[in-house]
Amino acid sequence: MSYHWNWSVFLAQVPSGGTTYLGWMLSGLATTLALSLSAWLIALAVGSLMGVLRTVPGRWLSGIAALYVELFRNIPLLVQLFIWYFVLPEILPTGIGNAYKAINPMLQQFTAAMICLGLFTGARVCEQVRSGIDSLPRGQKYAGLALGFSLPQTYRHVLLPMAFRIIVPPLTSEFLNIFKNSAVASTIGLLELAAEGRQLVDYTAQPYESFIAVTLTFMMLNALVMVLMHRVEGRTRVPGYIGGGS
Amino acid sequence: MYEFDWSSIPGALPFLWAGMKTTLEITALAVAVGIVWGTLLAIMRMSGIRLLSWFAAGYVNLFRSIPLVMVLLWFFLIVPALMESVFSIPRTSDTRLASAMVAFALFEAAYYAEIIRAGIQSVHKGQMGAALALGMSYGQAMRLVVLPQAFRNMVPLLLTQGIILFQDTSLVYVSSLADFFGAAYKVGDRDGRLVELLLFAGAVYFLICFSASLLVKRFQKKVIA
Amino acid sequence: MKSRRLFAAALVCSFVSCPILAQELGGTLKKIKDSNTIALGHRESSIPFSYYDDKQQVVGYSQELMLKVVDAVKADLKLLNLQIKLTPVTSQNRIPLVQNGTVDIECGSTTNNAERQKQVAFSDTIFVIGTRLLVKKSSGIGDFADLAGKNVVTTAGTTSERLIRKLNEDRKMGMNIISAKDHGEAFLTLETGRAAAFMMDDALLAGEMAKARHPADWVIVGTPQSREAYGCMMRKDDPAFKKLVDGALARVMASGEAERIYKKWFMSPIPPKGLNLNFPMSEDVAQIFKHPNDRAFE
Repeated sequence: MSYHWNWSVFLAQVPSGGTTYLGWMLSGLATTLALSLSAWLIALAVGSLMGVLRTVPGRWLSGIAALYVELFRNIPLLVQLFIWYFVLPEILPTGIGNAYKAINPMLQQFTAAMICLGLFTGARVCEQVRSGIDSLPRGQKYAGLALGFSLPQTYRHVLLPMAFRIIVPPLTSEFLNIFKNSAVASTIGLLELAAEGRQLVDYTAQPYESFIAVTLTFMMLNALVMVLMHRVEGRTRVPGYIGGGS
Repeated sequence: MYEFDWSSIPGALPFLWAGMKTTLEITALAVAVGIVWGTLLAIMRMSGIRLLSWFAAGYVNLFRSIPLVMVLLWFFLIVPALMESVFSIPRTSDTRLASAMVAFALFEAAYYAEIIRAGIQSVHKGQMGAALALGMSYGQAMRLVVLPQAFRNMVPLLLTQGIILFQDTSLVYVSSLADFFGAAYKVGDRDGRLVELLLFAGAVYFLICFSASLLVKRFQKKVIA
Repeated sequence: MKSRRLFAAALVCSFVSCPILAQELGGTLKKIKDSNTIALGHRESSIPFSYYDDKQQVVGYSQELMLKVVDAVKADLKLLNLQIKLTPVTSQNRIPLVQNGTVDIECGSTTNNAERQKQVAFSDTIFVIGTRLLVKKSSGIGDFADLAGKNVVTTAGTTSERLIRKLNEDRKMGMNIISAKDHGEAFLTLETGRAAAFMMDDALLAGEMAKARHPADWVIVGTPQSREAYGCMMRKDDPAFKKLVDGALARVMASGEAERIYKKWFMSPIPPKGLNLNFPMSEDVAQIFKHPNDRAFE
């Protein structure tokens, strides 16, 4: 027995015509990028807001944020995605559920995956933002308040700029994670990169070419993001911490 | 409105429990190996010895750049062949659990390494300087001064990563290994009751992970106090 | 940066060498004899071909035929205590697992086609399906022409997926095609009203229908868009093993045993819920029982 290598498979026409297998992979890559970036925007916005709420004195506000984090952090992404896509439309009022199910299926899959991935990652971003703020010496907050800043002003001008700089490395990590986690969206039928790879295996019976192509594409994507974030990290490093300064 | 039918769950409980045991086994091993190997990687990366830090950086970046699903898939297809050629273990033994464990341990080490590196970096530079000035060697300073403080800072993060890992084990479905999620999915698929079984799985994961994160928080307070 | 690239290259190479490693294996029969073990691949929820019953035992039509093959191997190699190792496979990993030796033979619901024949060998056909539609009785859908402008679900990676996409392009039907990860998800998509029809192998549709909350609400309709031959999958270029497998299947088919197994899984109540698929034997299946062969239909 031997494996029949065939790298030219990517240039072959797909059975339904109109494009090549490479075309499929590229359109999968485009979906992966669109999904990851839009989910990241949701994650950053929701995560930052909730992260700030977790550190403010009001019990109610921090309680809401804590509930959000616990709920979204303690259920596997795979299960959450399934709940967003399959379960939620069934438990919503019938009218709304049916209206959602009536839109284009691709769009349904994409929005479910985007919201799911965004809120899932947002919970993690929230914890990073909170730990960033908590890691600052308490004196910074008091200094801000003593200077006559209001609490929101203290956050805006003193705490957040410092906290965000400290949490750039873990945020980079979450940013990278979102690309990889987007592969989970293939489980509800969204044709992103991993799903197109799987499709190629099913259609051509050439698993290794497909696995290698998908793996390498993710690695390149990752390298690109890392180079980018490395620059950001370099610029935002706080002098005086190990690894910082210089 | 959806017609829920939970009748599949009681009969499936022994199978689900067996799946939970598999999940716990994989998690425990991956956390243990991951922290040890991750610490070594973090130290290598910051050692200033070029070859070591390149290796560590390459390792961490490689594993962090590939989705876990793909890593599991690769290991599932490759580890059996490797085990056979290196340890001459016959291919007929069930290697799915072993390959999942190896994959998770090596994969998680890359993440632990980053947490630990950040932990070490969070210790003020002056600490290392002071320890060296007191006449300690680099290794002593790391072991006696920097690492204890770093670990104290990052214990909550390390434990939280353990909870994430516990959830990530659900991805072993690519190798058809029946972990807790896989077992729930299989029962749901067989009986046409996927929605019920997945909601049930979600609730169980939530209860376990939420309790665990409460414990982490309590522990965190103790350490800080 | 350079070392990172080198490391990546080394890693990829180690991946690539993997399938080649397996080449050094002798024939499958020698492997079975040396290890006193035969490694069987099975599906987990391909009702009624190969799936877990409520005691998590693998059962089904294809599974029973595969066990007949095991009996033949036992007799041929004179291994009375031959050990059986069961490995569940998915549609994504079944080919690599047969190639790398984890699985010696897989009988489930695998279609024999030209592309797969480049990678693996197939036994004589064990079943023939037609690709049709599962719809709600009240939907008024009678054939493929009624699907224009509707949502249609199918399982990713199947022939049905290709056929329906092609149909959509050729006849400009304006269907939205949803590719679900597995049959269970595809049926859920249909059951929750997201799709008007589920296109798949008719025997598998009958299996999914049996799992429904109200099996009587559903019906299988439409002119078959293709016929497909299911076969057992083995490693390529191993004529001795293939001959043994085909011989065993031919004996079972000639003796009427295969027909009994058919009735057991398609015309009688089956686990886990005791439902009867009521799926009478097609002319195609009757023909392959009469004249066993390993031809693909495509």
